[in-house]
Amino acid sequence: MKCQKCDKPATFHITDLVDGEPKEVHLCEVCAKDFLAPITQDSDSAMPEMAGLLAQQLAIGQTAEELAELDQRVCPVCGISFLEFRKQGRLGCPHDYVHFAKELEPLLVNIHGETQHVGKTPRRGGANAEQQTQLIRLRREMKEAVTKENYERASEIRDEIRSIEQAS
Amino acid sequence: MSLDFETMAHDCGEWLRASGPESDIVISSRVRLARNLTDFPFIARASESDREQIEQILHARIEALQAAGKLPAATPGGELHYINVGKLSEVDRQFLVERQLISREHAEAEGARAVVIDGGERFSVMINEEDHLRIQVMHSGLDLETAWKEINQIDDLLEEQVNYAYNDRLGYLTACPTNVGTGIRVSVMLHLPALVITRQIDKVFRSLQKINLAVRGLYGEGSQAMGDFYQISNQVTLGMPEEELLKKVADVVPVLLEYERQARDFLIRESQETLHDRVSRAFGILRTAQTISSEETLHLLSSVRMGVNLGLIGDVAIPTVNKLFVHTQPAHLQKLAGMELDQSDRNIERASYLRRHLNGGKPPAGAN
Repeated sequence: MKCQKCDKPATFHITDLVDGEPKEVHLCEVCAKDFLAPITQDSDSAMPEMAGLLAQQLAIGQTAEELAELDQRVCPVCGISFLEFRKQGRLGCPHDYVHFAKELEPLLVNIHGETQHVGKTPRRGGANAEQQTQLIRLRREMKEAVTKENYERASEIRDEIRSIEQAS
Repeated sequence: MSLDFETMAHDCGEWLRASGPESDIVISSRVRLARNLTDFPFIARASESDREQIEQILHARIEALQAAGKLPAATPGGELHYINVGKLSEVDRQFLVERQLISREHAEAEGARAVVIDGGERFSVMINEEDHLRIQVMHSGLDLETAWKEINQIDDLLEEQVNYAYNDRLGYLTACPTNVGTGIRVSVMLHLPALVITRQIDKVFRSLQKINLAVRGLYGEGSQAMGDFYQISNQVTLGMPEEELLKKVADVVPVLLEYERQARDFLIRESQETLHDRVSRAFGILRTAQTISSEETLHLLSSVRMGVNLGLIGDVAIPTVNKLFVHTQPAHLQKLAGMELDQSDRNIERASYLRRHLNGGKPPAGAN
């Protein structure tokens, strides 16, 4: 018996169900492999795939120089560079979605097909969340000021932190 | 309050209780939400002191909710247990992974991290996993709606206590862009042995992927699903409300149930002897083996489970088989034996455990 997809001898005889009716399929080893190829994937490790996707997205319409320049861009809040994000596939802080908005957009379209959230919204905090995210930067800057023994600057930052914390 | 894993080990947790609707095929329904505090970096960028602070803040808030009697009200099953995952032994962490209460990633991570579990094991909150908060509600059988209602309520309660990272355009902000928006993952765990035997499983998966649903195996390593258990979940999290994403998964389940039942009918009709032989041999090996790996056990238990559901095996009940899926996993086996065992000792202990539980207390003729 010949393979139904090419002319090699059929060595695999597979019972397929089409609309609930059994149907015999006869294939050679190579075609059978394609036919039965496992296409399951670990959704929790979608990471390498995503990183690849991102690299692809960025390669389109961008020269090596432009990409190198983009990779150097750093989020002012958490300090992650775009290159680090590309490598690990994880963002550094909520502000990255604002800071890298333009770069992330094609990626989001690719993953979700959409760029606008619909659904549940927090009853509180949502409105001034971005302001609170700035606390990440302020705490970082305060630590730096203390390390540099610039206590005057550190206490200014501490006051700024308190005023944001109290407002929430 | 601390949990006694040794006592817990004798039960199988919520996800294999097999008490819900369609539980011959649908093992469990699960909904999880990814959430982050707005004023801390995501985990990948967090310092150890950030992680400790996040852990302390969330611990305090959850305890306050519990003290106010709010959380247990949302979760029948009683009290909450707060577990410091970083301080657990490797076996204990693995134990929680086997019960589907924490992810493998959470078990293997480093630094301050925790999990909150309710007594009924229907609800868990991982702290400092990939996101600051991973809330999960799990129900036996097909019951996504209730799971969503419960998790939504828990999320509301937590949200009264902390400020979530959120923006109007992209919704809930998550460490990985694949979860942004609703941060929701709706999944059902299905037992599909007949679709595997009739080699239709890959075709089914291809059609699921076309409608943006993801498929992964139990304890998903590689593409081969252990014990023919498959988890179907939504791929997309942005641009669709939670109820719609839930419906997308819920709508496909009856179709898969129908396919699996058709495949079982077909096997019974066309090759009952072969099927009966396969199931009986699996049962025979499990009742008599002297040493057996966990992979082989899952594989054979899958045949036995289908055999029981089809009435080909009479003297064992589904809850017993379900329990064995979990109890023969490495960490459970060690907890039940009350000692640490290396791999070859585990294989011997596993075989002995299976013989004890599948022979109705009596050793079969010629064995043991």
